[in-house]
Amino acid sequence: MTEFFQAHLGYGFGWFLATLILILMIALPLMLAVAMIIYADRKIWAAMALRRGPNVVGPFGLLQSFADGLKVFLQETIIPSAANRGLFLIAPVITFTVALVAWAVIPFGPGMVLADINVGLLYILAVSSLGVYGVILAGWASNSKYPFYSSIRAAAQMVSYEVSIGFVLISVVLWAGTFNLSGIIDAQRAHIFGIINGFGFNPLLFPMAVIFLISAMAETARAPFDLTEAESEIVAGYQTEYSSMSFALFWLGEYGNVLLMCALNAVLFWGGWLPPIDWAPLYAIPGIFWFFLKIFIFFFIFSWVKATVPRFRYDQLMRLGWKIFLPLSLFWVFLVSGWLMVTRYGV
Amino acid sequence: MGTELIQTIAFYLFASLVIASGALTIVARNPVHSVLWLILAFFNAAGLMLLVGAEFIAMLLVIVYVGAVAVLFLFVVMMLDIDFAELRAGFAQYLPFGMLLVIVLAAEMIFAVAAWNAGGVEFAQRLAPTPSEVPNIQALGTLIYTRYLYIFEGAGLVLLVALIGAIVLTHRKRGDVRVQNVTRQNMRRPEEAIRKVDAPVGQGVQL
Repeated sequence: MTEFFQAHLGYGFGWFLATLILILMIALPLMLAVAMIIYADRKIWAAMALRRGPNVVGPFGLLQSFADGLKVFLQETIIPSAANRGLFLIAPVITFTVALVAWAVIPFGPGMVLADINVGLLYILAVSSLGVYGVILAGWASNSKYPFYSSIRAAAQMVSYEVSIGFVLISVVLWAGTFNLSGIIDAQRAHIFGIINGFGFNPLLFPMAVIFLISAMAETARAPFDLTEAESEIVAGYQTEYSSMSFALFWLGEYGNVLLMCALNAVLFWGGWLPPIDWAPLYAIPGIFWFFLKIFIFFFIFSWVKATVPRFRYDQLMRLGWKIFLPLSLFWVFLVSGWLMVTRYGV
Repeated sequence: MGTELIQTIAFYLFASLVIASGALTIVARNPVHSVLWLILAFFNAAGLMLLVGAEFIAMLLVIVYVGAVAVLFLFVVMMLDIDFAELRAGFAQYLPFGMLLVIVLAAEMIFAVAAWNAGGVEFAQRLAPTPSEVPNIQALGTLIYTRYLYIFEGAGLVLLVALIGAIVLTHRKRGDVRVQNVTRQNMRRPEEAIRKVDAPVGQGVQL
């Protein structure tokens, strides 16, 4: 597409327009997906609590998220008089933007990626570590006790779990031999016995897949690790002082991050857009279908956990991150690299 | 109109933002604002790294400095109660020392650039840090893990010592805190935790 625009509009302008259109082609469906996934989340949660969930707006309540969106859009934006005005307003924008920006390197199908860069995985790690700034700034700029507690909690929590996520990513990269996400998916083709696609089916990498799934929940502050917005302790956490669109941006950003983590689970361990079995007829179904199916399965797991597992205490959260996941994933990096040394490089 | 124009625009954007946010880091009245300007400076420096083709260094800059160091920095600064007016009162006192530092740094930079220019490195090679067909990470890895292996491991050792030192300095055992033994908690069964008592009326239960 870039070539087509460049042929007709000149090099620079064609490139600019093509990139802009590609960005919109990712961002707009993503926003729609977030709206539907919020609905799905509420429905799954309701079903597990033997309730009906949203069922009034539109058929089966499908339009509930749009009604909510319209409602917050029409509300008044309240800025506390003691708040740090500029930072208070920019914090939700940071959360929302960071949640969108990471999608640039996710491959949706063979060749369907906006930026196919060599350091794709590092880019994801860099962008996801930026996400915490929105939360910290919101808590500090609100100039209020509970939001501040929440932002301190969020900072410690995200820094802690990023460490073990880093080690998990290293073992995947060691096995795939590249940081490029498309390259990682290609390395998973016919990984087990020459027919099954996906690192997750490898007994040596499966524990890492589990650690990554749990760390992803902690990193996105989803239940059972939602201590940043634990309503029984700190009201609504960093969002307490926010209203209308600034609140909605936090909400959208949060679910965008959850979807991103589900997509990363699919890409890193379960073959991304590859079908689960390396069998020619399955490739007739477009890759994007498999990818979305995997994302949805992971989202279902996220919802399931949210509906059934009670919230962690803060010291338990820190214990899990530093005393269990960190040593375990560090040990596993040694194990994986040792295994690869012996089997692949023969040293 | 081509890639060069886009790169030139990007370079001047990043470079001017680095300088501006660097200056604002010093000038800002609020320490939290200072740290935030510093973060913006890191971020734009990463953009400059990208432009010269050092994408690995750029990503590391964002992950390590913006993602971890600056978060902890912000964490500490937010909880401190610093009176900047008081700090600024000592400005004239520290000015000569600061100027000396600036002169030394500037002299070193000029010296380094001059030495580099005098050296035999080809101009085209200076612009591209790695041969373009080898990925950045691979090029760095082959150097670090072969030629500079001992220096690299030495650096790792220094960091390890610093890590252990920090733990030794701050770790203290407190006798007055009840710490939960997680394994023991998990091993507990209802039978040992609950007991049924037939309490006589008006006497209560002995705990």
